Parts: sequence; structure tokens; C-alpha cells
Amino acid sequence: MTGKIKQIKTVPADPRGVLTGSHYLDGDHAAAEGCIAAGSRFFAGYPITPATEIAERVSARFPRIGGIFVQMEDELASMNAILGASWGGAKAMTCTSGPGFSLMMENFGLGIMLETPCVLANVQRGGPSTGLPTLVAQSDMMQARWGSHGDYEVIALVPDSPQECFDLTITAFNYSELYRMPILIMMDECVGHMTERVIIPEADKIRIVPRRYTTESPSTYLPYKADDDLIPPMPPVGEGYRFHVTGLTHDEKGYPVMNAATQKKLVSRLINKVKDHAEEIIITDEKYMDDAEIVLLSYGITGRVAIPAIEKAREEGLKVGSMRLKTVWPFPEKRIREMSKHIKGFVFPELNMGQVVLEAERCACGNCKVVRVPHAGGWVHDPEVIYDAIKEAAK
Amino acid sequence: MKSEIRISGLGGQGVIKCAYIIGKAASIFDTKFATMTQSFGPEARGSSCSAQLVIKDDHVEYPYLQNTQILVSMSQDAYTKFETEVDDEGLILIDDSLVHPTPPRKNIRQYAIPAMKFAEETGNKIVLNIIMFGFFVAMTEGLLDYDAAVKAVETSVSSSTIDMNMKAFNKGFEYGKSLLEKEALQ
Amino acid sequence: MSEEAPPKIMRRKPVTDHPMSDLLRIDRFPHVWCPTCGLGTVVNCLGTSILKTPEVDPNHIAVVSGIGCAGRGAGYLRFDSFHTTHGRALPFATGLSLSRPDMKVIVFSGDGDIVSIGGNHLIHAARRNMDMVVICVNNFIYAMTGGQTAPTTPTHARSSTSPFGNSDPPFNLPYLAASCGATYVARWTALHVRRLQKSISEVLKKKGFSFIEVISPCPTLYARLNNLGTGLDLMRFYHDNSEINNDADLKSLDINFKGKIICGKFVDLDSPTYRDRYDEENEHILGDKFIPYDLPDFPHISSNSDKEKIEK
Repeated sequence: MTGKIKQIKTVPADPRGVLTGSHYLDGDHAAAEGCIAAGSRFFAGYPITPATEIAERVSARFPRIGGIFVQMEDELASMNAILGASWGGAKAMTCTSGPGFSLMMENFGLGIMLETPCVLANVQRGGPSTGLPTLVAQSDMMQARWGSHGDYEVIALVPDSPQECFDLTITAFNYSELYRMPILIMMDECVGHMTERVIIPEADKIRIVPRRYTTESPSTYLPYKADDDLIPPMPPVGEGYRFHVTGLTHDEKGYPVMNAATQKKLVSRLINKVKDHAEEIIITDEKYMDDAEIVLLSYGITGRVAIPAIEKAREEGLKVGSMRLKTVWPFPEKRIREMSKHIKGFVFPELNMGQVVLEAERCACGNCKVVRVPHAGGWVHDPEVIYDAIKEAAK
Repeated sequence: MKSEIRISGLGGQGVIKCAYIIGKAASIFDTKFATMTQSFGPEARGSSCSAQLVIKDDHVEYPYLQNTQILVSMSQDAYTKFETEVDDEGLILIDDSLVHPTPPRKNIRQYAIPAMKFAEETGNKIVLNIIMFGFFVAMTEGLLDYDAAVKAVETSVSSSTIDMNMKAFNKGFEYGKSLLEKEALQ
Repeated sequence: MSEEAPPKIMRRKPVTDHPMSDLLRIDRFPHVWCPTCGLGTVVNCLGTSILKTPEVDPNHIAVVSGIGCAGRGAGYLRFDSFHTTHGRALPFATGLSLSRPDMKVIVFSGDGDIVSIGGNHLIHAARRNMDMVVICVNNFIYAMTGGQTAPTTPTHARSSTSPFGNSDPPFNLPYLAASCGATYVARWTALHVRRLQKSISEVLKKKGFSFIEVISPCPTLYARLNNLGTGLDLMRFYHDNSEINNDADLKSLDINFKGKIICGKFVDLDSPTYRDRYDEENEHILGDKFIPYDLPDFPHISSNSDKEKIEK
């Protein structure tokens, strides 16, 4: 039985990096401030629209707060550089968008396999390929889930505003240390390039999860021997642990072992460390849910766009609630399955042709309607279209 | 109350900055909510360029314009392109040293300021957008708090240019006030 | 005779352990490398150099490898060691080196890994003068996957994907590394163990991007596909056909099939590293406001007196 995730004593943020106060920031800049407030002092990036502003702001802020920024030769390199820096003990982040996200997927997988805490922000734009560099989409959601090869679970957070870009970037860093894995922030062009008020609290109000280092001595330490909560504590580099880690399937020692039994043990743990703690990882923002007979599922900017449609429907007496997922992966399967037994239907607008809605359909098991509201990207939904979908679900 | 505003012009005129200062005045130095979005890509670096602002007393949900109530245009192209989207009861503010306006449709109120001319008179064309901002504050009558507007300018320009920018802001503001006074007299 | 004192017998300490055992993961042996492969020799040279370089604390060495036969190096070396993905050892090492300037980061990998799939990373790590040592073991072929053409395979040599001879020209690695900005460039063969050790000892004490190419026999694939005999025959070939010329023109270092191999230390200069220049540039503009990157927080076991107690 997997234990609850070990509670690590949090520490206040380093006040040196925290711009306490109200700021008028776009989502990219807010994410950069979140990265800094979370204690990150290493950032590797490669320019790409619409994520570049994150790297730009970090590169300007880091030299004043003891951080080191490096513009790498490509996204393959950026992803690897943050893995290396994280093993060195730094809290590390990179950012990108669609084409770069594809390149990063290779070593996102390495991060999953080596269990490396770090944060990757994808400011989504329209695809496939070069697609719509300057226009919004949410069409990398399944790539976020399955983009690297092999079986694994991910944690992906989706902000709907510059304020959430700040808040969820800190959450992402904290999750990365708690679950010892790379965490995805799935922003989008609209949120990334949207400027709004961002309130940055005082440093001591921002709680930071420090790295979970081993308390074993170098002679007894095993890099992949997990605690009850399935998380193996990390070794500090340079302190005589002389540990080995590999992207190959490995045993608790970190040594490659090529057989089915080791594979089963390792891959199961990588998956279960997320699955078994899903309840602790999932964050939602809910509105009008008390009496909801129709639940509008959404994430990111689409959740905001849907509110006028929901309010219009409610004015007409339709009992519509909103459940915006701040955590899209892991998907709240249990909750959706349970709800599907009591409600008329789900409405799920996304800025893609139908990705996360597949999960809703799977979890609803035919118990209730699931109305898709696809959109190819390039702009947000017209709230009227969402309103029509609510009506469809209410039929 | 919901105000939907488009600031438009050419890349390099400070169109985005003008929108940014409006949003900052409303949401940082006043208690409103202001969401700004902007056009990106090559057009933000030369040709036609625009920013959108939604200002509300509570949370802004839908971030883009659904019904443009106020249009600010600093170029002919932008005026021609966006004039048609303005609400019948809307407000259009232009720089008539840069834009030749058409007669306003329906109940649209349309006002002009020779902002570029004023900017050239101050010796620095760069303050065009701040003159337009001052004009905007005057003509939107209470949408933005005057003190909030001043603070927004002061905190958005480099410290060495605050005086120059405040002069520009007041030039635009006073010009707008005098237009309104004249109108009231008529 | 009887008046003379009996000759003193020099008694050495009994050998209970291999001298390299602290630096190798003996528990992982036997290794995967073929008999007469040169990789063991190169690993041995690295270990010996570290033993002979007391300035470097083995606890402060990190080894990063990519994929391939040489990529397995990290797995047998008992340092903080990272076996990453194909071609990506250099950017991983970049992050590690920047985040931990107190560590000596060594990239140990093969020609296909570093120069083909990782080629872009090589030229940029060299250009930035990242503080790291790159030991690029060049066996002229992709061996782990069965002997395919590498960007180092000499023209006309056969491989499993150029069964009638390679039509491509190979990279001249020292020229490539030097022209990209590497501040130390050497080439040796697996036969030049002393010189290789000396080179490694030099770069362990040096800041900046150091690149050492080691020509190494692949008996199973390169030699077999090209009828070059065993690994031992290749060593003999190196003996007969390599020439040391430290002053050689870098452009002249191409390796032709069955041709001469010019070895030597070609570049050794001091130049500011990425970190040096980053700090200098920012400090120049920001003055007192510039705060240099400091080591992250981590538990300092080495300085903990309990450590030895626990280990006993």
C-alpha cells in the first residue's frame, strides 16, 4: 500500500528574488517571476514564439539575484541542461512551444526515468508543425501526456491567467521536488501574452518545498530505493555518494538490468508514484457546482471563455456548473466517473479537435452525455458556441 | 460596467505601451480588473499593430473584445480596419495629423487631437502615445482615475523621461478637457 | 661475502585490492566490451590519471556519457556518474557544470554520440568554452548497434550500412573541436597510454573546454568488416602508422583508410569560460547589483564527521 506523500518541511521563499507587490504582467513574465520566487537559479532556454518572454525576463533578472541563464543551441540541449543542473542541486526550468516541445520530449523522458525534479513550461500555439506561432491553441495536451516514448505518468498544470502562471509555476517546482519528476506547465499563447494584475505575496508567504535528500550514508545509499510513498530520496552530487543513474531500465542501485521483472518494478513505481497520489496532485477551480446537472469541464483560457456561456445558461434556468482543471494530468478519473452517475452530461470545450475530452468520455463510461466542443485553434471559442453545446447537453 | 477598448496604430508608435499604461492605471493604481491582449508577430514590429483591453469592476472572463466601445487610432490603416467594428454608441479617438477620418456612423462620438504635431513640438516624437493616453483619460471621463493615470505613466517610463512624459500626458489631457468644455458650451 | 650485510629485501605492502578499485564499479564487472576493444584501456588511462592527479578529489568528479559502447563508460566509473540519452551528454554536462562549478565534469562517450547526433552540442559547448573535459573515443563506427557508418568512418572503409565502402569524408575531430573554440585539443590512440594519461592529467587541472580524441580499436565490427584482424592487430597498426606531431597543422589531421594517424597535443591555451564571461559581462553593466551564481543548498556529507563513523 502506497503511503501518503511524505510531508517535507517547507521553507519560505528567498526574499531576494520575490517582487512582492501588484504588477501588471503578461503570463510569460508572471511565469518567470514564479520560477524565480520558487527558488530557481538555473534556466536554459531557446527562443520560440510565444514562450520567449519567459526566457527573456529570466535572463534579465537572474544576474541580479544570483542566477545563471544559458541560451542553448536548441530545445534538446535546453531540456538536458536543466536535467544536469537539477542533478547538481539547482532548481531548474526551461520553456518552449510546440516545435520545441517535440524536441524536448526525448529528454523529458530521461527526466522521468532518472526522476529529476525540474519544470518545463509549454506556451501552446497552433500546430501541427510550425502551425500558428503567434496564435493560441491547447493542442499539445495529449503530447504532454504521451509525448515521450514508453509508459509513464506526468503531472501537467494549466493556468488560466497571468496570476495563475505565477502561482502554478511555484506549485510546479514544489511538485517536482515532492514527486521527484519533471513537471509540465501547459500554458497557451492567450494566457502567455495576456497582461493582467499579478499579486506577488511576501516571500515568507510563499512556501517552497526543498529537495528531499537522502539521510543514508554513502555506503548504504541506493539511488532508486523508494520510501513508502514510492519516492526515492536524492543524493547530493560531489559528496562521496558516487552514485550512478541511467536512462536504461535500472534496479534500486541505479544499475542497468535488462529483464522483464526489473522493468515491471521500475515502470510500475514511476506510474504509481503519480497515480497513487492523484488526489493530492489534482487541483480544480469550481463554480456553480452545488446544483449542477450539467458540468462544463475545461482548463486554461477555455475555462474563462466558458463562464459567460455558463452564466447565460444559468439565467435561463439550466443548472450548469464549471469545473476547471488546474491539474489536467493526472486526470481526475474518479471524480468524473462518480459525477457521471448523477448528472445529465459533461460539456468539454478545448482549443483542439478533441483530446482531453477522450478521457472524460472514458471515465463517463456512457453514464451520461459528453458533448465535445472542438476548436482547431488560432482564437478562443465564441461563448455562443459553448452555450449551444450546453443546450445540447441539456436536451 | 465593462469597457472594451482597442488601441491601434503602427509598430513603433508605442501602441502596446499605451494600452499597457491604461490597463496598469485601471488595475494597479485603481481597483478595477483590466485584461490586455495584443497582436503579435511581424505586424507588431512595423506595420499595423493593435492591442485590446477589457476593463471591468470584477473579473474579466472573456479576454478579447466582443463589442468595441472605444477605438484609439494612430494610423490611417488602423482606423480604416477597426472603425467598422466600433459599437454604434461608441467612442473613437484619433490623431488627425495621422488619420483622415470619415464622418462618424450613427451615434459614434469621434474626437481628434493633433498628437503627432504636439509630440514634434515637444522635440520628441516618442511621446505620441503618452499624449494619446492623456487625451484618452480626458475623453473617457472617469473611466480612469486621474491620479492612477499619472502614477501609471510615472512607473512605466524610464525615470529620466518622467518629466517629458508627464508634460506630454498633460498636453493630451488638457486638450481633451478643452474639447469637452467647448462641446458643453455649444 | 659473509661480512657483508644481507641485502635488504624491499617488502611491498601486500596487494589486497586492485589500485583502481576505488574508481571502478567492480560490482558491475564483467563489462560489456569485447575482448581487445580499446575502451577498457581508455577507462584505465582515465583512472590512472585521476590517481596521479592529487589536485582532483574523486568525489568532485562527475562522469557523463551518452549512448553506445563508449557511452557505457559512466556505468563502470565509480564517480557521480550519469548515463544519459544518445548525443545529449554534452548539454547535460553543461547544466551540471554550470550548476556545480566545484565539480570536474568529464564527458566520456563515443564518436557517433558526440560528433553525429550530438554534433551540434559539441560545436556549441566548445564555442561557449564550457568548463568540461570531453574524452571522445573514436572507433570509426557505430559498434553497439552493429557496425554502421559513423561521421568518423574513413572514406572507402566498409560498415554494415556502407557494405561496399563508405563514400563520405569523415570529420577531422581535432580540427573541428579547435575551430569551434576548444581550449585544449589532443589526439592519441589507445596505444599511447602514457601520453593519453598525461593529457588527461593536464585537462583535469585545466579550466575550459578540453577535447581529447582517442582512436580505439573495435575488433568485432570495424576490424572484422574491413579485414583488419584483431584488436591487437589494430594496436600494431597504430604502432606502425601513428606519428606524433604536436605542431601539426590541424587541417592535415584527416584520417584515411589504412592511412597515417597523426597524434599529439595540438591546442592548449587559456581562455575565459562561459561562466567567466557571463560574470564579467553582467558585472560590467550591473556593477554592485550583479550577484554571481552560488552553489545550491545541499547536505554537506563530506564535512560531516558522522560520515566516517557511519561508513565504518
